Amino acid sequence: MKYQTIDEANQAVIDKIAGGTPFLVDVVPARTVIPELEGKTLLHAGPPIAYKDMTGPMQGSCVGAALFEGWAKDETEARSMLERGDIHFIPCHHVKAVGPMGGITSGNMPVFVVNNRSEGNEAYCIMNEGIGKVLRFGAYSEEVVTRLTWMKDVLGPVLSRALKATKEGLNLNVMIAKAITMGDEFHQRNIAASLVFLKEISPYIVNLDMDKQEMRNVIKFLADTDQFFLNIMMAATKAVMDGARTIEAGTVVTAMCRNGRDFGIRISGMGDEWFTAPVNTPQGLFFTGYSQADANPDIGDSAITETFGVGGMAMIAAPGVTRFVGAGGFQDALATSNEMVEISIDQNPNFTVPTWNFRGICLGIDARKVVETGIMPVINTGIAHKEPGVGQIGAGTVRPPVECFEKALEAYASKLGLL
Amino acid sequence: MLHTIIKKNSYQDSVNLMLLTNHISALEGVTQASIMMGTPANKDIMRNSGLYTGELEQAGANDMCIVIDAEAQGKLDHILAAVDSFLSDQSVSSGQSAIESVRSWERALKESPDANLAIISVPGQYAAAEAGKALDHGLHAFVFSDNVPVEEELSLKRKAHEKGLLVMGPDCGTGILSGVPLAFANRVTAGNIGIVGASGTGIQEVTTLIDRMGGGISHAIGTGGRDLSETVGAITMLDGICGLAHNDRTEVIVIVSKPPAKAVRDKVVGQLQGLSKPVVTLFLGEKPAAHEGNVYQAYTLEEAAMIAVDLAKGAAVKPLYSLPLEVPEAALNPGQTSIQGLYAGGTLAAEAAMLIADALQLKDGLIHEAGYVLKSNGHAIVDLGDDMYTQGKPHPMIDPATRIQHIEKAAQDPTTAVILFDVVLGYGGHDDMASVLAPAIEKAAAKAQTEGRKLYFVAALCGTRQDPQSYEEQKRKFEQAGVLVKESNNQAVRTVLAMMKLGLEEVPKAHRPAATTISEGFSASAAVEALLGGKPSVINVGLQKFTEAITASGAKAIQYDWRPVAGGSVKMQRILSQLNDYRFTN
Repeated sequence: MKYQTIDEANQAVIDKIAGGTPFLVDVVPARTVIPELEGKTLLHAGPPIAYKDMTGPMQGSCVGAALFEGWAKDETEARSMLERGDIHFIPCHHVKAVGPMGGITSGNMPVFVVNNRSEGNEAYCIMNEGIGKVLRFGAYSEEVVTRLTWMKDVLGPVLSRALKATKEGLNLNVMIAKAITMGDEFHQRNIAASLVFLKEISPYIVNLDMDKQEMRNVIKFLADTDQFFLNIMMAATKAVMDGARTIEAGTVVTAMCRNGRDFGIRISGMGDEWFTAPVNTPQGLFFTGYSQADANPDIGDSAITETFGVGGMAMIAAPGVTRFVGAGGFQDALATSNEMVEISIDQNPNFTVPTWNFRGICLGIDARKVVETGIMPVINTGIAHKEPGVGQIGAGTVRPPVECFEKALEAYASKLGLL
Repeated sequence: MLHTIIKKNSYQDSVNLMLLTNHISALEGVTQASIMMGTPANKDIMRNSGLYTGELEQAGANDMCIVIDAEAQGKLDHILAAVDSFLSDQSVSSGQSAIESVRSWERALKESPDANLAIISVPGQYAAAEAGKALDHGLHAFVFSDNVPVEEELSLKRKAHEKGLLVMGPDCGTGILSGVPLAFANRVTAGNIGIVGASGTGIQEVTTLIDRMGGGISHAIGTGGRDLSETVGAITMLDGICGLAHNDRTEVIVIVSKPPAKAVRDKVVGQLQGLSKPVVTLFLGEKPAAHEGNVYQAYTLEEAAMIAVDLAKGAAVKPLYSLPLEVPEAALNPGQTSIQGLYAGGTLAAEAAMLIADALQLKDGLIHEAGYVLKSNGHAIVDLGDDMYTQGKPHPMIDPATRIQHIEKAAQDPTTAVILFDVVLGYGGHDDMASVLAPAIEKAAAKAQTEGRKLYFVAALCGTRQDPQSYEEQKRKFEQAGVLVKESNNQAVRTVLAMMKLGLEEVPKAHRPAATTISEGFSASAAVEALLGGKPSVINVGLQKFTEAITASGAKAIQYDWRPVAGGSVKMQRILSQLNDYRFTN
């Protein structure tokens, strides 16, 4: 690793991003790969946060997780355990994991295991539960816990057996490259990738020796869950970005995440350190009966996809959802993607976007360019109701606060002895 | 109450339906609406928002479910029609802008690798830095921004000269390169007359007069008002002259400037006298008595244009250029003795002041009082584009407000006989100045009339017939408002002087050989030759309307939506530059 300038260090980082080779290899209970989850411990999205500071949806998810794990018999008991501090919290990112929205992950929840073969590192993410009343948006009703239990007992083990039958695991780069030409940007829209996944995995599932009704339920769930691939993509991009940040120099943004209070970023030159500032609230389109006033502030680890160069950074790839960015539709999406080029170091030739004249997705957000131009990355996001239990109320876009990037650069300049 | 409409087998994606829901919710008489496909998950959402109805039970995933909370049943047809019309017309109304815009030099250069000129119109404190970056990238710089310290101007121009590049400006208001208008400029016929000028409206007056006299322009290079100062030493003008001397399409060169310091004047004129091409000089304020060698010296902007057109046609230069003037018989009261000049163009104001001072034979030249170009014997010429009138306000070439106030004030003064003003057409200027000034003029004239005075208005209309504003239309509108419109500033001022019974002495010029010549250092750089060899490819840093004018004339321009680095934070700017310069020691 010989580099003389920050540009050269950044090049080394983005070479590892472009060179990442994530494979989906297994689905396992989280505690088997994340030893920190022994005892009453939960993972959460975003930079570190205490239970009392969490917004409604994340607290609701904690209640749901406590019920799912059997730590509490009802909501009241779960809440008092949480308020007493009986339950320990760790950010997902600190244990090679990422979690959507609240990101609440407990030991018995099944997680995807993605192996980044180029660097030999792994990353994990819980599975997508579908839409409506779901844990990640803070719902914790019986229906939610029942589904989680089914995912633990049936869906997880079935996918694990099917993935093992593939011998190699599934080469995610191939699936991502296919799906991007089919109109996915992997944050707001994953329907193509989810179908590609279903196409790849179903021959192995139908070959398993198992109960027919359960098999039908699994296939039906995968077929119905349009965003199923999102969580695979999150684990994949986390694995690739963690592989790239072994280069501990430069100003490439290696993680972006939100806990509902603070937006946190990491840059390559500052290792594990978070640079945080209060989050913004997403703007977007709402389901009937809900409005901007009901929206929870920005939350979730899913912005790892934007860090990799998809999601809002690749808005133009998904014409079907471009109108979330504004009334101008396709032209606004084009302008947004062109704007994102200004803060990116290069473009990734592995994933070319047909609707963008086959330009590659953005590669490597440079914190220096963000601060210099004042252009913040665009993040596509679901919007949670600020009260726990209500769930998703819309979708839209959000941008990080500039202070994260300024603090990161200042700290790096200080580390290099420049201040 | 809730109304349910199920459109069977009518799939739309959820984004369309959310937009449709917003649209329908906004209709009159609708309290709330929800439009979704009838999937189980969506039905749950409807249940949660209190919009679930029994009819939804029957709806499937491919059925569009419209639930509306509305007062009257009668509105339903209307709402259904709105739904249909929305769904049938979903193409986003084309907001596509033809202008490509970028936010950094890096991307501007990537998108336009053949760019050779940057137009800089950013706040003055940032202008020198951005012009410096343009030079670093090998681009000529046209700096529209003002308030750049003269030391920075000098260092930019020295750097440019070393690199073989031109810095036009700072405070350069106008330019034309191969017919492409830069900043405030007119659309002129192409031809063989090239101009280098240190004054914005001076260049506009000369280029438009040449156009209307049937001549044509190859290039008009602005230098900025301080280029001929002793400090700067005419760096841009000398390089510009070299460029035009080597430019095949340029056969006649015109120089427009205020009188420079003697040393600078000698250097410039010396260089001009060494050229093989004929040259016309207009050092505004000097009253030359003779032409010297190939250098023909004009007194007014109009005379400069007339000499240049004769030279361009190969015709002999006349000893005297005087035009017959149609002067109306002015019915003035004995107390109406003063000329009030209300100018938007600084050079045009200076020319008017010069001619009036000449007619009055003022010994002490022009009287300087803040905001006045001339104030003597009751006569006044005001430059409304002066800093003291434009602090926090748009320039009078764009916004008529300040001039309207001055018209009202001048009309109230019982000594005012004639109000003299200029109107400059072209890119950058007001779209229809005649329509906004005419009511103020008519009102002022009517008011004076009721007070027993006839007030005269005389205008100099600067522009060409190809300009975005129609020259004839502007002229007609002013004439309808009772304004006497003249096609040059010189004629407008002379008309006013004649109305006031003031005469100007005109002396034929002799033609004598040149005294000194400099015949060294005439080579133009390859970059300047390339700039003058074809239409420029522009990176426009700042005001977007400049890009529009350039692309409208068929040249290529990239719009750089400039913002101060790091939002103007000095601390972050310093950190960025330290990080950019950092060298690892591993």
